[in-house]
Amino acid sequence: MQEQNELIKILVEKHGRTRNALMPILQDIVAEKQFLEPSDIALVAEELDLSAADVYGTATFYTFLDTVPRGKNVIRVCKTISCYMSGKDEIINALEKVLNIKVGDTTVDKQFTLLTANCMGWCHKGPVMLINDDVYHSLTPEAAIEIVQQYKEKSKN
Amino acid sequence: MAKALINLKINDIPITVEEGTTILDAAKKLNIKIPTLCDHPDLSVAGNCRVCVVEVKGARYLQAACATPVAEGMEIYTNSQTVRQSRKHVIELLLSEHNADCTSCSRNSKCELQDLAAEYHIFDRVLLDILDPENLIADISSPAIKKDISKCIHCQRCVRTCEELQYVSALAVIGKGAEQHIGTFFDYPLNEVVCTNCGQCVLHCPTGALTERNYVEEVWDAINDPTKHVVVQTAPAVRVAIGEELGFAYGTRVTGKMVTALKRLGFDSVLDTDFTADLTILEEGTELLTRLKRALVDKDPEVKIPMFTSCSPGWIKFMEHLYPEMLGHLSTCKSPQQMFGAVAKTYYAQKKGINSKDMIVVSVMPCTAKKYEAQRPEMRSSGYQDVDYVLTTRELATMIKQAGIDFMSLPESDYDPLMGESSGAGVIFGATGGVMEAALRTAYEIVTGREVPFKNLEITPVRGFDGIKEATIKIEGTKPEWSFLEGVELKVAVAHELANANKLVRAIKEGKLHYHFIEIMTCPGGCLGGGGQPYPVSWEIRQMRAQGIYSEDENLPLRKSHDNPEVMQLYEEYLGQPNSHKAHELLHTHYFPRKKYLN
Repeated sequence: MQEQNELIKILVEKHGRTRNALMPILQDIVAEKQFLEPSDIALVAEELDLSAADVYGTATFYTFLDTVPRGKNVIRVCKTISCYMSGKDEIINALEKVLNIKVGDTTVDKQFTLLTANCMGWCHKGPVMLINDDVYHSLTPEAAIEIVQQYKEKSKN
Repeated sequence: MAKALINLKINDIPITVEEGTTILDAAKKLNIKIPTLCDHPDLSVAGNCRVCVVEVKGARYLQAACATPVAEGMEIYTNSQTVRQSRKHVIELLLSEHNADCTSCSRNSKCELQDLAAEYHIFDRVLLDILDPENLIADISSPAIKKDISKCIHCQRCVRTCEELQYVSALAVIGKGAEQHIGTFFDYPLNEVVCTNCGQCVLHCPTGALTERNYVEEVWDAINDPTKHVVVQTAPAVRVAIGEELGFAYGTRVTGKMVTALKRLGFDSVLDTDFTADLTILEEGTELLTRLKRALVDKDPEVKIPMFTSCSPGWIKFMEHLYPEMLGHLSTCKSPQQMFGAVAKTYYAQKKGINSKDMIVVSVMPCTAKKYEAQRPEMRSSGYQDVDYVLTTRELATMIKQAGIDFMSLPESDYDPLMGESSGAGVIFGATGGVMEAALRTAYEIVTGREVPFKNLEITPVRGFDGIKEATIKIEGTKPEWSFLEGVELKVAVAHELANANKLVRAIKEGKLHYHFIEIMTCPGGCLGGGGQPYPVSWEIRQMRAQGIYSEDENLPLRKSHDNPEVMQLYEEYLGQPNSHKAHELLHTHYFPRKKYLN
């Protein structure tokens, strides 16, 4: 709780207290801890003198501002038509198997969340997935598993 | 600077209006009705329901009349074939995700969507029903407000009401696309979020998505229970509004008929909240004078000035959530409703020889927050829940209709004795500024022995619908015991709508404004515009109700609370003096700090 208060205080100092500081503050919290908890939103609302419902409404409008618990690494596989045609279902099946979760879920060790996403503008190199802020294109099921293994290794170190 | 004039034609009829007028308002001037749903005269323009679309010659698409300003030479058609088809389609689309189980809806026959569906002959459901079955479970966590999103058409009138009028924003637009809905912080139940229960969202909702929690059946059960003595009290603002539900024009005073109707419904005694409004003035006036003495004579640093009124339970909860550090400024007086319950189950019960446990106290209020207030755990001074059930003006009208009473032809009758007498000062509690005016009529006289220096006791600076009103009254010629007030300029302020209250409280907190006494009412116009009053609402309607209230005051033989003989009898026989120990036990309360953003 103390840490969380400090993070938000720092972000408020950085971005200011006006309404247009709301988005960058929320984005930075998500960058730091992957999702927004009720207490985060309440604190941001208090700092910016906004209603908590209003801030929650803003957060829920944006797919990338999650308000449910997410793992340390968020994988988003493109589900839009080009990636669909180039085999996104195989990628998802492979990831579900290697992570032992379904789309929408988070692994028990809280390391990975598997989601689908709308078009990321990489239609010419589908299927595509995003892990945190990094794009991985021209995927095969094997390549996708290999990439996830690398993230697993990284988190062990 | 005068606004430029714009010439246009609506359905080939020429009209000239000021620049900036919307097509909707220009059409109103020609008595041409354009249907609306998301539009409300109290609120900002949203333009999201699209039911008001009209054809503008030369424009590629139909335009929303509520959101489009007129332009020179515009030619508008409000009833072309394209317009009619489009409107019908819009209504069909709204109905495709609406729980149109009208017979089980409490807005049945009073629903704006239902009216439009009837008007546009939506007989066949041509579109697939996409109502999400998960939405069928209504939120009934609040004792005051029921939220049923299966009836919601996303017009956002509630969201704008809660934000623009009340500065609460308990409700917001959550999610987007197919997931979009009107919700609370993390979609928590209403009783867990910062909601004042004011019910303005209910009053502004066009459908049954937001309604009051209905207690009509519980009250019928109580009336029909022979072991119970059922007492009813009626708030000041009910008598100028209930007629609207029963065939009378807006703002008609129907006090005598309402009393007769209540007797015919089977209540054992019909008493008046105005009686405890008068009692409130004696308690609150004395409290104010005591605080002033402590501040001016004793120089007590603990005493909190300005003192705020405490009759409006929405305002109380607003302060508990948003300004918990300022609770000491609230008068400790209970609201008239709660004073009534506490006195009824003690003094009245004793006088009538009734055991308090066999007594049921029902309130008829223009208010939904009173339903919450009655259930607050501290409101049990009699040893029982002081007020058992709270009905809105609308619910009482329903009971009168259910009983088959022809309200218009009823004879008039008087309230029952002991707690039925009231002064004009008690009546004006129903309008913004009324509590202030009533308090000044009494406090000034206590201090000087003379009537307030206003013609016919009408303290006009605190009347009217300005959001924030101020007045200064110089106190001169005090009685010896009040000499410390000689020459003091008593500064007072009045605000209604919590957004205005918030401005005032903030300025006081920041030390920018200084007053002695402030009246706050949660709802626009005061209680006469309360969340429990008949649909629809507008400033014109509120104005007519205010006229009703002030003429009721003018026509009463007693105009000042301290002249109420039954109140004096209560003090002589039971309470002693205002603010006595006994009075504190029964008539005063305390407040609890609540969290600002999470309950």
